[in-house]
Amino acid sequence: MTRRLKGLLHGALVPLVVLAVWEACSRAGFVSAIVLPAPTAVAAKWWQSLLPAQAYDAATQSRLAWLLSGELIQDAASSLYRVVVGFLVGGGLALPLGLAMGAKPRVYDLCNPLVQVLRPIPPIAYIPLAILWFGLGNPPAVFLIAIGAFFPVLMNTIAGVRNVDGIYLRAAKNLGVGEWTLFVRVILPAATPYILAGVRIGIGTAFIVVIVSEMIAVNDGLGFRILEAREFMWSDKIIAGMFTIGLLGLALDTGVSRLNNHLLRWHRGLEH
Amino acid sequence: MTQIVASKVQKVFRTAGLEVVALKDIDLAIGKGEFVCLLGPSGCGKSTLLNAIAGFSLPTGGTITVDGRPVAAPGPDRGMVFQEYALFPWMTVAQNIAFGLEVQKMPKAEIAARVDQLLGMLNLKDFRDRFPKDLSGGMRQRVAIARILALDSPIMLMDEPFGALDALTRRNLQDELLRIWSATGKTIIFVTHSIEESIYLADRIVVMTYRPGTIKRDQRVALARPRDPAAAEFNELKRELSRLVMAEQQRHAAEEMGMYPP
Repeated sequence: MTRRLKGLLHGALVPLVVLAVWEACSRAGFVSAIVLPAPTAVAAKWWQSLLPAQAYDAATQSRLAWLLSGELIQDAASSLYRVVVGFLVGGGLALPLGLAMGAKPRVYDLCNPLVQVLRPIPPIAYIPLAILWFGLGNPPAVFLIAIGAFFPVLMNTIAGVRNVDGIYLRAAKNLGVGEWTLFVRVILPAATPYILAGVRIGIGTAFIVVIVSEMIAVNDGLGFRILEAREFMWSDKIIAGMFTIGLLGLALDTGVSRLNNHLLRWHRGLEH
Repeated sequence: MTQIVASKVQKVFRTAGLEVVALKDIDLAIGKGEFVCLLGPSGCGKSTLLNAIAGFSLPTGGTITVDGRPVAAPGPDRGMVFQEYALFPWMTVAQNIAFGLEVQKMPKAEIAARVDQLLGMLNLKDFRDRFPKDLSGGMRQRVAIARILALDSPIMLMDEPFGALDALTRRNLQDELLRIWSATGKTIIFVTHSIEESIYLADRIVVMTYRPGTIKRDQRVALARPRDPAAAEFNELKRELSRLVMAEQQRHAAEEMGMYPP
């Protein structure tokens, strides 16, 4: 327990020093509060945006809904929703295509040239088309996020299927396994370490793209909120929003990493 | 009763314009229930012959038949135990053993009973829900053997299965294999480069030559079981086979020196 505490203190040292220096600079008046507000001011703003804006009114809402009605929580929920839907669309299309391209050289030869040409285009470059095709609101945002998630999942799934160790295929054929069972029970699980690595990268990309897409297409979400705060020069709110983006990203990645560890508990690479 | 017949089997590998005759004019008849060791220096084609019988890599000439039918593809009637175990790492011990039976659509209750029996037979009961990564090499090879025994294939093909194990574990598994063999009456073809292992295990030792792979000697082992590696007859046979294998080994070395002069 004391060792854990020590580790925690050790890890907190650098952030605390940075915060202290930052606070001191602001208090001493080296920088204007509009350019760089003090960390205490940012924290106060963050807390304020986290809490519900209106007083609790039992007639119109439940206690829980009231507790979650703070602006930050609402924005984080909107962003998370877009990430999840966009990722499910992009990853959901990439997985079957990747499996087919990895397993069947003919499908690979057919699709690979197009994939290679489209892959280097950053999702941001699709913004004009996204707005032209889908207007404003969630659809263009989901479209952009899906594109961001699509390619990492696709490329890793192809690599995963292609790199299945031949010894597993021989062992399975020796047991009398048919083609479909071979695919579902042997090739797919053997490829999961690659596929899940792709999922992790894909979610990371989706998270970057959601912030960008919220800056152009919608009226809520963390990306929209920090851009809106800029218009009013509320730099404390900008930084509080950025901090929330960081927290949400960390939570997402931790969640995916937990899922990884569970699904790959058989994997040698995870030996302690 | 003859079960496996190889006649005039030939295997030529062509890679980058280079032609390697791995097997040449192999004639071999193996009876039901026989324990045959294929012995020879590495590169002599013993694994190639085993893979041809398994159906993984068909011969370029001649024929191999099992129970009168020509071998065309791998199948559960010829269960293979690989040196590198080849267990499915995402399946637990019990799932690995059950997989071949699920493929054959055996009823669930029957699979469970068979798996339990095999776990007991190979001393794996405490490990049934472990993943292969948590097992030692000897344990993994036990699971691989159990996986093949589950299929109840009449023929077991073993490709240097104990090659990566330490001496004690190896002797242990050799004894277990002999016990299983005498209890089940399976035909076993066992590839090894260890002369002692082949004498300890086999009814019959087929000594192979290095490129082209041919049969140099087909030696019956008449020693009573359990065999004692310290006994005089055991060592006499060991000396004789050593001479044969060493001669091949030296020819192999000389050839490689010729190919890559110092």
